[in-house]
Amino acid sequence: MSDPNLLTSDVEEALRAGVRDLLADKADADAVLGRVESSSPLDMDLWRTLVDLGATSLPIPESLGGQGAGWREAAVVAEEVGRAVAPVPFLGSTLATAALLHLSDDTDAQEALKSMASGESVVVLAIPLSGPVDGPLARTVRSVADAGVATRFLVPADGGLHLVEAASVEPVVSLDLTRPVWDVTFADSGVRLTGSGESAVDSALLAGSAMLAAEQVGIAEWCLTTTVAYLKQRYQFGRPVGSFQALKHRLADLWQSIVLARAAALNAADALATSSADTRVAVAVAQSLCSTVAVRAAEECVQLHGGIGMTWEHPAHLYLKRAKADELALGTPGKHRATLASLVNLPG
Amino acid sequence: MTDVRERVAALLAEHDPATTDRLDFLRARFDAGLAWVHFPEGLGGLGLPRAQQEIVEAELAAAGAPDNDPRRIGIGLGMAAPTILAFGSEELKKRLLRPLWTGEEVWCQLFSEPGAGSDLAALGTRARRDGDDWLVTGQKVWTSSAHTARWAILVTRTDPDVPKHAGMTYFVCDMTDPGVEVRPLRQITGEAEFNEVFLTDVRIPDAHRLGEVGDGWRVAQTTLMNERVAIGGRSTPREGGMIGVVSDTWRANPDRRTPEAHDRLLKLWVEAEALRLAGIRLRQQLANGAPGPEGSAMKLAFARLAQELSGLELEITEDGLRYDDWTLRRPDMVDFTGRDAGYRYLRAKGNSIEGGTSEILRNIIAERVLGLPSEPRVDKDVAWKDLPK
Ligand SMILES: Cc1cc2nc3c(=O)[nH]c(=O)nc-3n(C[C@H](O)[C@H](O)[C@H](O)COP(=O)(O)OP(=O)(O)OC[C@H]3O[C@@H](n4cnc5c(N)ncnc54)[C@H](O)[C@@H]3O)c2cc1C
Repeated sequence: MSDPNLLTSDVEEALRAGVRDLLADKADADAVLGRVESSSPLDMDLWRTLVDLGATSLPIPESLGGQGAGWREAAVVAEEVGRAVAPVPFLGSTLATAALLHLSDDTDAQEALKSMASGESVVVLAIPLSGPVDGPLARTVRSVADAGVATRFLVPADGGLHLVEAASVEPVVSLDLTRPVWDVTFADSGVRLTGSGESAVDSALLAGSAMLAAEQVGIAEWCLTTTVAYLKQRYQFGRPVGSFQALKHRLADLWQSIVLARAAALNAADALATSSADTRVAVAVAQSLCSTVAVRAAEECVQLHGGIGMTWEHPAHLYLKRAKADELALGTPGKHRATLASLVNLPG
Repeated sequence: MTDVRERVAALLAEHDPATTDRLDFLRARFDAGLAWVHFPEGLGGLGLPRAQQEIVEAELAAAGAPDNDPRRIGIGLGMAAPTILAFGSEELKKRLLRPLWTGEEVWCQLFSEPGAGSDLAALGTRARRDGDDWLVTGQKVWTSSAHTARWAILVTRTDPDVPKHAGMTYFVCDMTDPGVEVRPLRQITGEAEFNEVFLTDVRIPDAHRLGEVGDGWRVAQTTLMNERVAIGGRSTPREGGMIGVVSDTWRANPDRRTPEAHDRLLKLWVEAEALRLAGIRLRQQLANGAPGPEGSAMKLAFARLAQELSGLELEITEDGLRYDDWTLRRPDMVDFTGRDAGYRYLRAKGNSIEGGTSEILRNIIAERVLGLPSEPRVDKDVAWKDLPK
């Protein structure tokens, strides 16, 4: 097996700069905080700007109106979405994109991808954010991310994947303010797409998990950078608090974990992009590690800010809530390690 | 651009590994510029990007060519060579690099002293000018491979009257000089991998100086940076090194498995894999001419993983209560994963001390990578001779 490419290219860095600038402008901490308490917690103006930039359709082929790039580029966007905890339906639509790409021989699937690429519709995969459960089509699926802005749903039911227009969507009070979840109830109607629903969901979970890992790296980096900047300028005992070794060592350890997490996340995106035979291992490694690192980074961020870190006003809590919800999303770290155990022959 | 594959093919055509003497082959490889392709021509390299080395290694390994047994000569390869390349005269480079690389001459590192470990700049081994030579007197300690070394990289104090970082000078030292005395120091493993070294009026020609008089600290930094990259940037296959040994132990001992140990193993497996990937990324960054500060992260993570893994191994192995052999030996190589589980557990304790302790690495990361302020210091503006010792 030759080494994966774990460097980002100039093109990828240019994409990053574009998305980062946009998010810094349209989704700064005040804007996000204001948004999450409003009646429309997701920022669809921002989403449309991302659509126009091409940042939401990177893995969709050009023949279907997408950018014809791939999962490495999508991972760059995911990381920036995480860094800004941007309230946009990125994850829900990433999961749907991957499932539809898997079934892209089906003309309805092609049509759905086209309308996603153009921004005409937002398609969301109707699974609980914590991971899929199968059942009949007519049922309520709890805790679906981004469902409140979906115009269509992909519903796994009876072994197939169904494209559904009509559903009743109930907001719930969510732990993660910037990626709230909804309960969605489906009636017994929709188009069953040709092909195996199970394997479509499986590939959605693989791609979604890899993108989530990139997002977690973005979250962790924001938390580290913000904490370092604060500790440089916060004085106690006549010194910057950041000059105390007990804190410096904690931050050095966190930085070291992020170095590893970044390599693992890049590897997962690269494995997906190159359809590597190693993709499952790469994703399990990335998802179990990056989840843990992002939560630790957010917890350190709150603690090392002291009282201000406990306030609603400071954005640290948005990152803590996103990081903790991301840890549960698409399988906990322990679940990914259990997957890994069988993949690499380390039975329990 | 030079095609390294052609070069390798030409080397193999002229020197069939099956019939060529090992040392002759290594010398020929060095002369063909295939020792370290990023070194200059004439010094074992071809002035090519570092990444091309992996092609050379793969092709030569496939052809069954002998290697230079890097475990025996790690200090020469990882630390002495890059320092000599950066600061040595042309004559020194020509004289020293070839036998260093082939392993004909082993190197050791005379840095640490009883009074100067983490605070290397506190060292007191004195070098005094004597005509075209220097006379060096002092004591070094924890010197790995001193008993097999032909040469040493050595940092000395040449001016005690200025602050400690300013008065140091760096040399290469001939370990066969009559003033050099090497005594074994036994380690917790029972072995004596390191030594104490007494230097008494050791005569070193000025031509063996690396860098300017008084500039030894800067030269030593080059050595230390390379040391951390050498440990951190090392390329391993998946499940290479300690994680491979422990995973195999796990597979071989179903009776000793517990859910708690299983989860620890998997967490460590994930981290070991991520560390391996970060190493690949680091090498890719180096090849593109942009070394990241990740080197110190590698060393820090490497030490912690080696210690946790080897600790876990004792719990899951059949004979965790036994040890293979406490006999005092003076090994001629450093092998972190060699011998048995007890040895690995004990040897790994050194990983967070040698080459800069984990505490010092965290200081370096916090201050040089994250830019956090340094602790208040009492030793910056005081002449070395006036420092409390
Ligand atoms: C197996 C092994 C092989 C070695 N090989 C060589 C060799 O070949 N050549 C050579 O020159 N040296 C060698 N060393 C020496 C090694 O570099 C030193 O041991 C190391 O730098 C620490 O120095 P010290 O032992 O004096 O400990 P000290 O510096 O006295 O440290 C004692 C403790 O204090 C901590 N500490 C010190 N300063 C700080 C600080 N500012 N902040 C926080 N904590 C601090 C340290 O981390 C450590 O835990 C080797 C050591 C080992 C264990």
